[in-house]
Amino acid sequence: MTSAITQTRCLVLWLMDWPVIAWWLDTGVPQTGPVAVFEANQVIACSPDARAEGVYLGQRRREAQSRCPQLQVVAANVQRDEQIFTPLVVMIERSVPKVQVIRPGLAALRVRGPARYYGGEPEVAKAVLSGINELGVTGGRVGIADDIFTAEQAARDTQQADPIRVVPPGGSAGYLAPLSVNRLGDPELSELLPRLGVHLLGDFAAMAVNDVRDRFGARGVRLYELACGRDPREVVPRDVPLEFAQQIDFDPPLVLAEQVAFCVQATAEKFITALAAQQRACTELRVVLLAEQGEHDERVWLHPDCFDAPAVVDRVRWQLQAAAGKAIGSPLTRVRLEPVATDAIAHHAPGLFGSGTDEKVHHVLSRVQAMLGHGSVVRPAIGGGRGLAERQQFVPWGDRAVLDRLPDRPWPGHLPDPLPATVFPQRRRVEVTDADGVRLAVNDRLLLTSIPARLGIGAVSLQLASWAGPWPIDERGWDGSCAVKGCRFQMADDTGGAWLLVLDEDGSWWAEGRYD
Amino acid sequence: MAVHPALTGLLDGGLQPGAAYSVDGGALLLALLAEPSGSGLWCGVVGIPELGAEAARSAGIVLDRLVLVPKPGERWLSVVASLAEALPIVAVRPPSPVRDGDAARLAARLRERSSVLLVCGDWPRGAAELRITRAQWSGLGAGHGYLCGREVTVSVTSRHSGMPRTARMLLPDANGRLAAGEVSVVEVSRRPRLRAVG
Repeated sequence: MTSAITQTRCLVLWLMDWPVIAWWLDTGVPQTGPVAVFEANQVIACSPDARAEGVYLGQRRREAQSRCPQLQVVAANVQRDEQIFTPLVVMIERSVPKVQVIRPGLAALRVRGPARYYGGEPEVAKAVLSGINELGVTGGRVGIADDIFTAEQAARDTQQADPIRVVPPGGSAGYLAPLSVNRLGDPELSELLPRLGVHLLGDFAAMAVNDVRDRFGARGVRLYELACGRDPREVVPRDVPLEFAQQIDFDPPLVLAEQVAFCVQATAEKFITALAAQQRACTELRVVLLAEQGEHDERVWLHPDCFDAPAVVDRVRWQLQAAAGKAIGSPLTRVRLEPVATDAIAHHAPGLFGSGTDEKVHHVLSRVQAMLGHGSVVRPAIGGGRGLAERQQFVPWGDRAVLDRLPDRPWPGHLPDPLPATVFPQRRRVEVTDADGVRLAVNDRLLLTSIPARLGIGAVSLQLASWAGPWPIDERGWDGSCAVKGCRFQMADDTGGAWLLVLDEDGSWWAEGRYD
Repeated sequence: MAVHPALTGLLDGGLQPGAAYSVDGGALLLALLAEPSGSGLWCGVVGIPELGAEAARSAGIVLDRLVLVPKPGERWLSVVASLAEALPIVAVRPPSPVRDGDAARLAARLRERSSVLLVCGDWPRGAAELRITRAQWSGLGAGHGYLCGREVTVSVTSRHSGMPRTARMLLPDANGRLAAGEVSVVEVSRRPRLRAVG
């Protein structure tokens, strides 16, 4: 079987025991002594000193500690590995572009172009190694071959003294042939193949591909391709993240929000223009404010369409107004604008025949928002819950509704239709009395002490015509901070109005809503 | 602009674009907004912080196209004028009495944009006044039952025809919507003739 994939020469940079090096660099301790990184109680990387003491990969922690009592045990942390590796990649990209990070500690890059520039493949490898050495990372190994798998094996075969190994073009199969089948990195096959008498990759490659497929399936065929030196993977360079964030420093620091808004205008223009130059439009923006005494305030703003410069300036002003006196108590020294989410600008271009109604609505609402403040223009959203006021949420125009209770749950005990057309944002104090003017209560058996006759709201007193209840509410009794206990009633007065009332645990009556 | 069939007869076919109507708040306001909202129009509500969003949804208003400005403060008139530019139907409860001059300017803006203004309260030179004159809840007893509907008499006083027209309907019905009772457009002034019976 011949591979249809045209292979290009590639270079693999391998940093032995990267999790250990990353931990060293992260903590800043001297890079000596026995250290091992463990995941699921097994060694996944260890330092040369630990290896000399008899620690090996896959060993159990207790065993490793008994072999080497002074072993420094470190928990695996993929995030740390990646964080420390990224600056290395950036450094390599300075000398050789288009790097693919296979995993932290292992990177691949295409070598044909750079080889012409540097005048040879070993020279490219030297450039890469000197790049990472500048960051204080030693022990990099480089392999160069026709495919990624062979290049990685070549890198693993190098020595500390001679960290570069080049496999000549077309020599992949020959290079791999004398290597052990363990190199495939497949635990099942590395055990099974030797039992079948296949010890070397060359033996494995000599098998007929149909036999391999029959016995080991698609996964076996993929490994077979690797053993033949025909790794189908290509180097897919990572996308270099572009830097769009903008910031402006104020010297002397500014006190007035209007001053800040005025100064930010130019920065906002620059921010939007830079994005537009890359055919991007910002739909989610983070504004960071820094004040003189080190206060820090940041928040993410959303836009229903995409941000333009005046919208950015508005967001800065609103955030400043909200933070003034609370999060920020001293003059402002820096404003930073970062795009959190961007979108192709083509999705936000105005239509050929004018933009739709929604666009106009958005413009007008943004203007009202600029006039009254961000939270003044809202859209209602219905969440879950049992109380009337807790079910409805008002989301500022442009923000995403974040419902803390899911509306699609059953919520037994919530009110069925018809619902009160008036829901008081803060429930109102009322007085419910019987014919003698005695305030009503509910006894332990959930029975009203008397028959309700009058409802007093402020100075108004209404005659009650009919009523129903009590319907007990007993929510979240396990959590004292948000427990709700009380009884609900519906009461209709003789003027044709009806009320949703709540009698709470303390015996006070409240009006939650009015049916009108 | 379309309204619920139960109200069509009272309003001469529907809400006139560019006109202002004086309306009782609550369910009647929601019922008037429901039909235009359901047909894809945006609605704005200014100065009514206690609007029940869930009741609005049950009444048939599409919440995605409902915009609220709960506390417009002193500048409510300019907020209403701005909203009327883009939203075809705007409801407002004026926090302070409106001057005739301001109302006339707003009316000109409404006519220009063909928007409808629904005012919860008094409004000079409104096209019509919609009031609930009688209301009776059903479903509730003395300590038992559950509110399941309200039978109302809606009375409309139009500027053109001096006589108020009334109709009985269910507002809301058991599903929270407006439902036609027996639609009987009775002109209140035409009283039944009395006659002696034995």
